[in-house]
Amino acid sequence: MGGIHPEENKFAHPIKLEDFLIPQQVVMFATQHLGAPSTVIVAKGDKVKVGQLIAKGEAFISANLHASCSGTVAKIDMVSDIAGLKKQAITITVEGDEWEESIDRTPDIVSDIKMEKNEIIACIKEKGIVGLGGACFPTHVKLMIPDGKKAQYCIINAAECEPYISIDNRIMIERGEELIIGACILRKALALNDVYIGVEHNKQEAIANLQQIATKYSGVHVVTLKTKYPQGAEKQLIKSITGREVPAGKLPIDVGCVVDNVSTALAVYEAVQKNKPLISNYMTYSGKSVANPKNYRVRLGTPLKDIIEANGGLAEDTEKVISGGPMMGKSISNINSYTIKGFSSLLQLNAKEAKRLEPQNCIRCARCVEACPMGLEPYLLSLLSKQNRLEDCEKEQIMSCIECGSCQFTCPSARPLLDYIRLGKNRTGGMIRARMQQNK
Amino acid sequence: MNTLHISGSPHVHTNDSVKKIMWTVVIALMPALLCSIYYFGINAVRVTLISVAACVFFEWFIQKFIYKGKTTIGDGSAVITGLLLAFNVPSNLHWAIIIVGALVAIGVSKMAFGGLGKNIFNPAIVGRVFLLISFPQQMTTWPKPITKMSEFMSLDATTGATPLAVIKSAMNKGEDVSALTSQLPDYMQLLLGDRGGSLGEVAAAAIILGGIILLARKVITWHIPVSFIGTVFVFATILHLANPQLYIAPSYHLLSGGLLLGAIFMATDMVTSPMSAWGKIIFGFGCGLLTICIRVWGSYPEGVSFAILLMNAVTPLINKGFKPKRFGEKVVV
Repeated sequence: MGGIHPEENKFAHPIKLEDFLIPQQVVMFATQHLGAPSTVIVAKGDKVKVGQLIAKGEAFISANLHASCSGTVAKIDMVSDIAGLKKQAITITVEGDEWEESIDRTPDIVSDIKMEKNEIIACIKEKGIVGLGGACFPTHVKLMIPDGKKAQYCIINAAECEPYISIDNRIMIERGEELIIGACILRKALALNDVYIGVEHNKQEAIANLQQIATKYSGVHVVTLKTKYPQGAEKQLIKSITGREVPAGKLPIDVGCVVDNVSTALAVYEAVQKNKPLISNYMTYSGKSVANPKNYRVRLGTPLKDIIEANGGLAEDTEKVISGGPMMGKSISNINSYTIKGFSSLLQLNAKEAKRLEPQNCIRCARCVEACPMGLEPYLLSLLSKQNRLEDCEKEQIMSCIECGSCQFTCPSARPLLDYIRLGKNRTGGMIRARMQQNK
Repeated sequence: MNTLHISGSPHVHTNDSVKKIMWTVVIALMPALLCSIYYFGINAVRVTLISVAACVFFEWFIQKFIYKGKTTIGDGSAVITGLLLAFNVPSNLHWAIIIVGALVAIGVSKMAFGGLGKNIFNPAIVGRVFLLISFPQQMTTWPKPITKMSEFMSLDATTGATPLAVIKSAMNKGEDVSALTSQLPDYMQLLLGDRGGSLGEVAAAAIILGGIILLARKVITWHIPVSFIGTVFVFATILHLANPQLYIAPSYHLLSGGLLLGAIFMATDMVTSPMSAWGKIIFGFGCGLLTICIRVWGSYPEGVSFAILLMNAVTPLINKGFKPKRFGEKVVV
């Protein structure tokens, strides 16, 4: 149900992956995941190697962080992230490229999975793997199925439904076998025999490549999905592959599903088979005014400015710089920040496509209702939120909104529907939490 | 150095706008307008120009001098109201009556509620019904289509009854309606518009063509026209089969009168029709049922306008009662 067809603009689709050069200095935010903050375990002046643990995730929902470059810790202080918020960060002055000896840096593909279920999960935790689709939720937590629940489907999210972003597509084409082994490791960690890789129809080369490799591995299913935004939203992907609908307020595991994205599966492969921690991220650099779009592997903590300047700086007509896709990504207010885990793209949008138009009266055309993949009524939710009618917001299921932006995209009156819905979600969530506290 | 802007997502927007939607509707109305000019000559041009000009003027005037705000006449919605109002009146109507209709349509039905998007009732229909009640004689004196090119520029016209009025008067007299066929236009005439009636409703084929344009450009969905026309067809068929002497064949119900114009262009008005798919189907069903009741048992020969207005009134209730199917409602074991 619902969904929209924004301009695809996949300019970087045919561009081969390349390693972005190692910067002179990297700044690594200590906490790059969703969950409890990590504790920094290095001090100023310490020498570090690539892959050395520098911040430890001690809580259950937390993640380790490893040095992405070798060199000396120059300082540990508060640095602004892409939104301008100050966060603890470790600055490393880069000297050479010296790796931990235990890491297998050969290009050989290791297809034999030796580790057992629990060893795999421990290894994923140790290597600091988080969900690289954007949320950065620690992957090992997802793999530890709570009592009373049962995993029935292991799904790899390869939909890549956001416009512009092409990085998962390149990984499927160039690192397909490693990706499939990574998927098999995830399936083993869940004690399942099958894994489903869902790819949108517009990535034919990737589909053909994966299908060919999948013949060598039993129980690996490459599923072609309709090209439609938001096909890659977790709940929509689960519905497309299994026919199951995750009920409102529930998690994928409540319908027996665990979903990981392409980059995550590749990181899992490297962690388990090559003993390599998560020290880099794969990202697309693109935009209508970018002469040469790129698909990079970038060390964590690389200055965004380095990437922009290596490509000739920002174009004249740049209105917004986006981290992530144009539908759900964040507009960057501070381009003097640094790459982090899950940083899947850096986009330049021009004024013509990204400028907000002046809102007009709602003409009740119902396009937002048709576009909503969750079956909600965005026009109504934004109105209720504007009037601060939080009980009504809750009754109309505002908390089910996945913030995909389809409603606002499709609105002919250019109304800021999602802005109001986000605000309403926030306040309604606060109201619900306060009520639960009271009832305790 | 560039100035970068920030905002919440999404950062891109569809190319569509209110303006584009409204002008698409105007274009979709063109085939019917051309047909009406063909059949009613210069009079059709006269009525249409007066109606459109009056509607746009009143919208501009009220926005400028009463709201003292920005004028939005460029969005084309007043032009649509003007065209639809013209389509719903006889082509020999006095100019002053048209202007009164435009004032009621724009002033009372639209601007008094707050302008585009805020009105409860379809402005053109409110204008038309106001005129029908206030000037019943002028509003039901229908010119016959012109037969010679020499009549094209003539402002006078010979008048006659509409097919539905012929049927109604026979029903009231208790005559056998199945014997009326010779007095009624044949199907080809109904399709092409060679009959008496309001300006824009006469040529069924032109209206259907406009509907196809609207569907193709995704301005309307199929729900309301299909359920509206389908309901009229089903009930008219049942009545006709039950007693062919008393009730006319369903094809006359579909092709004569304002059913097609109403179902395709007026009941589908976004502002005054329901939001969800099921809501739209219920809305169309209600319109169809009321239309057939008024046509068969009411005192007016035509019931589309009243039916749509009555269903406009319950649209907020329909919106409350018929929600889209929420994702995750289906229980999965």
